[in-house]
Amino acid sequence: MHVAFCAAVLVFLIAPILVVVPLSFNAEPYFTFTEGMLRLDADAYSLRWYASIVEDEAWLRALVNSLVIGVSATAVATVLGTLAALGLASPAMPGRPLVMGLLISPMVTPVIISAAGFFFFYSSLGLAQTHLGLILAHAALGTPFVVITVTATLAGFDVNLTRAAASLGAGPWRTFRRVQLPLIAPGVLSGALFAFATSFDEVVAVLFMGGIDQRTIPRQMWSGIREQISPAILAVATFLIAFALLLMGVVEWLRRRGSQAD
Amino acid sequence: MNAGISAYVEFEGVHKSYDGETEVVRDLHLSVQEGEFLTLLGPSGSGKTTCLMMLAGFEAPTRGAIRLGGRTIHDVPPRQRNIGMVFQNYALFPHLTVGENLKFPLEVRGMDKGDADERVRDALRLVRLEGFEGRRPGELSGGQQQRVAIARALVFEPRLVLMDEPLGALDRRLREEMQFEIRRIQRTLGVTVIYVTHDQQEAMVMSDRVAVFNRGRIEQVAAPEVLYEEPERPFVATFIGDNNLLRGAIVDIDGDFCQVAFGEHTITAFLVSARSVGDTVVLAVRPERIGLAGEPGTYRNEFVVPVSDVIFLGDHLLVRATMGERVDFVVKIPNIVGHGAVLPGDRVRIGWTATDCRALVPDED
Ligand SMILES: Nc1ncnc2c1ncn2[C@@H]1O[C@H](COP(=O)(O)OP(=O)(O)OP(=O)(O)O)[C@@H](O)[C@H]1O
Ligand SMILES: [Mg+2]
Repeated sequence: MHVAFCAAVLVFLIAPILVVVPLSFNAEPYFTFTEGMLRLDADAYSLRWYASIVEDEAWLRALVNSLVIGVSATAVATVLGTLAALGLASPAMPGRPLVMGLLISPMVTPVIISAAGFFFFYSSLGLAQTHLGLILAHAALGTPFVVITVTATLAGFDVNLTRAAASLGAGPWRTFRRVQLPLIAPGVLSGALFAFATSFDEVVAVLFMGGIDQRTIPRQMWSGIREQISPAILAVATFLIAFALLLMGVVEWLRRRGSQAD
Repeated sequence: MNAGISAYVEFEGVHKSYDGETEVVRDLHLSVQEGEFLTLLGPSGSGKTTCLMMLAGFEAPTRGAIRLGGRTIHDVPPRQRNIGMVFQNYALFPHLTVGENLKFPLEVRGMDKGDADERVRDALRLVRLEGFEGRRPGELSGGQQQRVAIARALVFEPRLVLMDEPLGALDRRLREEMQFEIRRIQRTLGVTVIYVTHDQQEAMVMSDRVAVFNRGRIEQVAAPEVLYEEPERPFVATFIGDNNLLRGAIVDIDGDFCQVAFGEHTITAFLVSARSVGDTVVLAVRPERIGLAGEPGTYRNEFVVPVSDVIFLGDHLLVRATMGERVDFVVKIPNIVGHGAVLPGDRVRIGWTATDCRALVPDED
């Protein structure tokens, strides 16, 4: 009974995603399973949509944009989030719950509201329709993940270690680099991965803020669906699913390594 | 307290409050000589760690001055104080090897690699852990981690080392072994050590002098034997070794001695600090300084008391007797009288000399 229920939930969650994968190998330009596919006829399958995206310059540009914006936003979010978490962990920090709430608010604010806010704010700074503007917006959305993961790792961190480092003569920077950072690295890295994933599949802020030069993969898919309906979208989606699985695997591996170190 | 010959560490009128209300350290005066092994001894929560933290620079005194080598150090950040520190939980860097842990303070000081390696080897030899450079702290036993922590606190040759209950987590045998090790190392290097413990025996074994803490105050600072023989406060009298305490009022004073009324008896005692007739004092008599008086007149103070219990402990007998309103008056008799010489229900004549009975000012509550 339990098993059946579990299976039903899993199907409900995963089926819409998994159905994309075989369809992306469709030999025909349809979004449905052809008779040949259902018969598992080898001729009904092909890599033509994968070939088409690799050849299409628009997709390549989108990939480059996604990577440039994602990596930069991740870097900014990781630095800011780690610093914020370190500050929040200090015993001298007043009003900790309030500050923590403010810091993670971008996570609970509806994206459409954040995106509208970004649009008006960055427009007035002249940063709308620039890479920099999008990087900053995505960094703001990704920072809460870093704050949360780093705060979680710091909870198990012995303050006496930083005191020991100071008593041995180390300044704050050396203490951070040689003592704190190596020990909280798993938290920093998994926070960074979450921040990257956030940027990599974010579409609302891009719709508001991005111009033609800031088209990222999700943005390209958006117009792909509206303009030229072709299973090429499904090939991209399959690629994104594989990428997400890889990220999840890395996060899990980091988590295990982190808990082993204790 | 006195502007000593070379007071190396000095606390002068130091107060500390964390919340602005309760003072966890109150009016602390303490001076430590160069090369001395001084122990802060006191019950849990009495402010010992707070004192170390103020000296190391991790907490600031609310009032008062702390001096190191004659200079006030309030403006000196912890990393510039050049004080070695051994933490209760060792605080070894878990991701670095033993060698890297020890090299850490040397790198900070820009020492070149060859010299640093040699220093690390010397420090490990000192704590008898040669060849452990490549191990991680997690791969060492508690006692070995303890030794590494000590080596790391010494490797950069600080003149002052602070140790906060460093042996707290070790089993008894290892503790005793490490007590001698730490003492040996301190003597070899001539380094000044301020050591914190709540174990009075540990304090007695290791220290040149012991400062007894009680509720944020120092009750007495003295060499271990002086603390034992000449306690100045009832708290010290009972915290270091055992003591029988009797409360009474002074009825007469004659030089260093006084007569104290206790029930229908009068007890002659050594007066520790100036008091006047009528003042209440607490008399402290150690169980082993009380004897069985065969003949009346053996001791200055003699009483015939009912025995409530006798405990045979091999080398001595512990006799519990009722003395006035005190039903737990303890007498410790060396086992030369033989098992069965004193039995519960007996009435025995016990006594002690006037010098073995100290009249102390009561602890204020
Ligand atoms: N960071 C702090 N904030 C607030 N109160 C504190 C802090 N550190 C210590 N205290 C309080 O100060 C008092 C003295 O603490 P301290 O740690 O100095 O005692 P201790 O003598 O070292 O005790 P123990 O033997 O248990 O280690 C205690 O009542 C403790 O609760
Ligand atoms: Mg303590």
